[in-house]
This record gives sequence, structure tokens and C-alpha cells, in this order.
Amino acid sequence: MVNKANPKNKIYAIEVNNLIKNFGNLTAVNNISFSVNEGEIYGLLGPNGAGKTTTILILTTMLSLTSGNVRIFDKDIINKNIIRQMIGIVFQDPTLDEDLTAFENLDFHARLYNIKVNKKQIINNVLKLVELEDKADKQVKSFSGGMKRRLEIARSFMHEPKILFLDEPTIGLDPQTRRKIWDYIKKLNEKQKITIILTTHYLEEADELCNRVSIIDHGKIIKTGTPKELKSSFGGDIILINIEKKQEFKKILLNSAFIKSIKQTKTGLEIIVNKDGTKLIPKIVELAAKSKININSIALKQHTLEDVFISLTGKNIRDSTPDASEKMKLKFGGRR
Amino acid sequence: MTNLLKAIYTIWLREILRFVKSKSRLVGSIAQPFIWLAIVGVGLNAAFKMTNNISYLSFMAIGIMGMTILFNSLFAGINVIWDRQFGFLKEILVAPISRIGIVLGKIFGSTTISVIMALIVLIIVLLFGIISIKSITFLGIITAIIFMILTSVTFVGMGLIIATNVDNIEGFQVLMNFLVMPLFFLSGALFPITSSTPEWLQIVSKIDPLFYAIDGIRGSLTKISVYPVQFDLLIVFIVAVVLVLIADIMFRKIEGK
Ligand SMILES: Nc1ncnc2c1ncn2[C@@H]1O[C@H](COP(=O)(O)OP(=O)(O)OP(=O)(O)O)[C@@H](O)[C@H]1O
Ligand SMILES: [Mg+2]
Repeated sequence: MVNKANPKNKIYAIEVNNLIKNFGNLTAVNNISFSVNEGEIYGLLGPNGAGKTTTILILTTMLSLTSGNVRIFDKDIINKNIIRQMIGIVFQDPTLDEDLTAFENLDFHARLYNIKVNKKQIINNVLKLVELEDKADKQVKSFSGGMKRRLEIARSFMHEPKILFLDEPTIGLDPQTRRKIWDYIKKLNEKQKITIILTTHYLEEADELCNRVSIIDHGKIIKTGTPKELKSSFGGDIILINIEKKQEFKKILLNSAFIKSIKQTKTGLEIIVNKDGTKLIPKIVELAAKSKININSIALKQHTLEDVFISLTGKNIRDSTPDASEKMKLKFGGRR
Repeated sequence: MTNLLKAIYTIWLREILRFVKSKSRLVGSIAQPFIWLAIVGVGLNAAFKMTNNISYLSFMAIGIMGMTILFNSLFAGINVIWDRQFGFLKEILVAPISRIGIVLGKIFGSTTISVIMALIVLIIVLLFGIISIKSITFLGIITAIIFMILTSVTFVGMGLIIATNVDNIEGFQVLMNFLVMPLFFLSGALFPITSSTPEWLQIVSKIDPLFYAIDGIRGSLTKISVYPVQFDLLIVFIVAVVLVLIADIMFRKIEGK
């Protein structure tokens, strides 16, 4: 990636320039650059081993970088203590003291971050937000995976960080819990104006939450944009028609302006359109009716980030082969 | 400075909280010394005749205080492996608190626990008259407590150094056999190291820091020691400081993975 020019000397929440991280002779992060605006939810999307966690750990002062430059609100991450004051993080793997209760975990956090005023109230508030207020005095040991994750999220913003890092916040959780966590994340971003950077390999998560996304593979950013941009750069929606008179209808359709291309399939036609597919379906039905052509069924397929991902990397995000060390993680987290 | 103190206090508090909450650890650290005293102590007391007219049991009781400190401190230090394994260490490391604060908090927390345990042993030993209360001076008790504190700091430090270098639990058993047992047996806790002890044993004993600690505690409480108490104190102090410094350096190097 070319280092984006920054003519106005704008201050970004996060500014990463030419970041490289080597582990021995393995390059986990290979010269990436990106910047996150204040107030944004930014996603790093990529398969296992892409370098997402490594990037997050460097940005949060937990790992040294091999080369490059990272600034958080214009402070170089060399200033570890200043950076640590400004950030909150939910690590990929759990980091709770399971022998302590939920309240004690949060109380410990409050002490670490020197929260003294209204400590009890702050703890109760964050517990309420993640709907764990009635579990405050239960040992974390007894919590389900989803409850632990919610508690970690509650803890991560207790000290009112300016930026929140979430490393695969919903990995291994059931769909309902994931929805809930998405809601908390949105609330935090909207109500408390926290800038959020999250990693995920769930495409619908990035689609649902992120203002902008960088797709990472093998330590490199291969594309950055809003989910919408990424999807539309890829091409229009696809309309599938089940029809007998394929040839005839194809000719009729080719005269319409909204058609990008048409392919004949066994059962009918596959049309790629250049506009919002939902609005075009009535038009197509109308055309067919005019020419007295009978449509058996009609279906709309909209592009997902998944399609973008496949077209960019040539592989499905879930099929990308992880190396041995990551198989465990995959077993743990991939439940699709 | 106040920030440093706060960091130390926070970490210290967690150590204490965890100890109080863990019933098995609590029971174990109290029961162990008494099992030693009641079985090994009483058994060998009947078989041994000490050269200088003290009973074997009163000799060994002080060794058991040393043992209590050794085990509690070393394991408390090594416990950081668990914090690493279960990820909690990351929560601490990513917080804006100084690294030396973390190290000192851990050391003071575990030292508090170890010294209390050793004092419980001392109280029981006095109550049972294994060591006669009359022979003990106030200064002697204070000096003994200073020895206990320094010894504990030494071994928590040693535990931390090990924990920052070994990141798997499997290494634990190996350590137990190749470090803890020799440290314990060579310390003169169970049998006196004197000029009649084989020379090689005398030499290796002298590189065991626990040897000086136990010798110092014996000197303080019963006035019978191999070296002058001041000398023991000097050695134990130097070893403690060196290990804390090394632990601090090691700790700064751990990264978040
Ligand atoms: N401490 C380390 N030592 C050696 N190699 C490492 C280390 N940490 C990560 N790697 C390697 O760096 C690469 C990137 O790992 P990273 O954990 O950043 O990936 P990720 O995108 O977070 O993947 P996942 O989705 O599985 O969490 C992988 O090939 C991994 O094996
Ligand atoms: Mg990761």
C-alpha cells in the first residue's frame, strides 16, 4: 500500500505507516499502512494467520514492531504509558481471573486504571450495559463463554478509553450472543463516541458494524473501503430467473440499459445488473409480462463481503488452510 | 512515586485475595509444615542425638520454617505461569502501570503470605515448647522476621525468573525435582551441615541461599549457627536484591504473546 498523503496534517485516531513485523524469518505483518478516523468503527478482516492479532498487539504496545511507524492520536506508540492510558482492549483469548468474581475483576481493573470517583457506580453501569448486573458476585469460573466475553467488553471501556481494540470479539459465540455484542459495540461507538478497531473473520460482522474495512491476507492489506464500496466495486447484484424461453427473453433483456451481462444456465438466466437489484425485479417481471413470457421463479443474489474476499484472494475465508498451530483455534472458533 | 505505590498495592491485593479464596492452597500451606514436624520431626527425633545439647525437633522446626517460605514463595512466583497461560497477565501488562510495580507487587504479596505462614509455624512451635520461649529475645524475633522476608523475596524473585522463561506447565514437575528438592535438602533444614559432613556436600550447601537464611533464623532464635548472624544477613540481603533486579529485567522483556 502506498502511504496515503496527509496534506492537511489531520490527526487520526490511528495512523499506521509501513508497519512490518517479523517473527524469525516469518513476516507476520508485511508493510501495511492505514488510518482510522476519530469516531469510526474500523475492521481488519482476514483469515486465520493473516496478521490481525499481531497488528493489534503492536498497536496496543504489547508487541514490539520490526519497522514502521504507528501513531495513536498523534502520539508515537513508543510512549507506552501515554498510549496505554488512552486505549482499551479485548484480547482474542480470554484474560479474566476466573477465581475472582465479575465485580472483583472489574474492581481490579478500576485500580489498575486509577478509577476512584464513583467506582462502584461505574462498575454497576458497565455490568448493566452487558446485562450481567445480577451476576456481579458470581465467580467468573461459572460463566459461559458468552458471559465471559461480555464481561471482558464491559471491562475494556470502564476507564473511558479513546480507542477500543476488539480482537475477534464474537469468536465462538452463538448468533444471539453475537447480535447482542454487536449492539453493545454500536452503542459504545454512538453514545460514548469511542473509536473502535476490530478484527474478525466473520464477513457479516464487518458488514454490520464497520464504517470501513481493510481486508488482510498474508500480512498485507489487499483492499480498503466501506463495506458498500467494496461490494459495489466488485459488481452489481445478480438476478436469477427460472424460465423456459431463455433465448427469447435474453434478447429482450439485452436491450435494457440496466443489464451488465447475461449468462444462460440450465434452468434459466443469470443476469448481472448495474443497479440495486431489488428495484429491478418488478421491471423484469413487467418486461416478461409484456412479451407474454412466463417466469417460473425469480431470485435476487446480492454481493456479500464474502464474494469480495473470494475474488480478491481466490479463496473462501473459511476454507483458507490454516497451519497446524492454528487448527486448534479454528476448531474452537469456527462454527459455521 | 504514588503511582508506583498504587501499582504495588493493586497487585499485592490480588495476591492476598487469591490466596484467601483458594481453600486448597490455604489448607495445604498450613498442613504441610505440621505433617513434616509431626512425622519426620518426631520420628527422627527419636533416632538422632544432636552433638550440641539441643533436641533434633527444635533444630528441624526452624528448618521447616525455611521450607514453608521456600515452597510458598517459589510457587507463588511460578504462579505467574498460570496468569500467562490463562491470559490474565495481558490484562495487567496492557495497563498503564510500571513494570517494576508489577514485579514488586507480586513479590510483596507472596512474601506477605509466606511470612505469615512461617510465623504460624513459629507460634505453634513455641506453644508446643519445641523451642523454649524463655530462650527467645525480642531482637531475635525481629531479626528472624527480617530473614523470613528477605528469603521470601529471594524465592518469589526466583519463581518469577523461572516463570518468565518457562512458558509451559510441563516444565513444572521437572523444576520441582531439580530445583526445589535440592534447595531444600542442601539448606541444612533437616540435618546439620558441619565439618564432619562430606566436603562436596558442604560446598554445594554453601551455594544454596536457603542455607544462609535458615542458619540466620537459627542464630536469631536459638543462638546456634554456623556463621555469625550478620554475615548470614548480608548474604541473604545481597541475593534478594540481585534476584529482584534480574526478575525486573526479565519481566520487562515479556511481550503480549
Ligand atoms: N509469537 C509468535 N511467534 C512466531 N510466530 C507468530 C507469533 N505470533 C504470530 N505468529 C505468526 O504470525 C502470523 C500471523 O498471526 P496472527 O495471530 O497475527 O494472525 P491472525 O490474523 O490474528 O489469525 P487468527 O484469525 O487465527 O487469530 C501467523 O502465521 C502466526 O503463526
Ligand atoms: Mg488473531
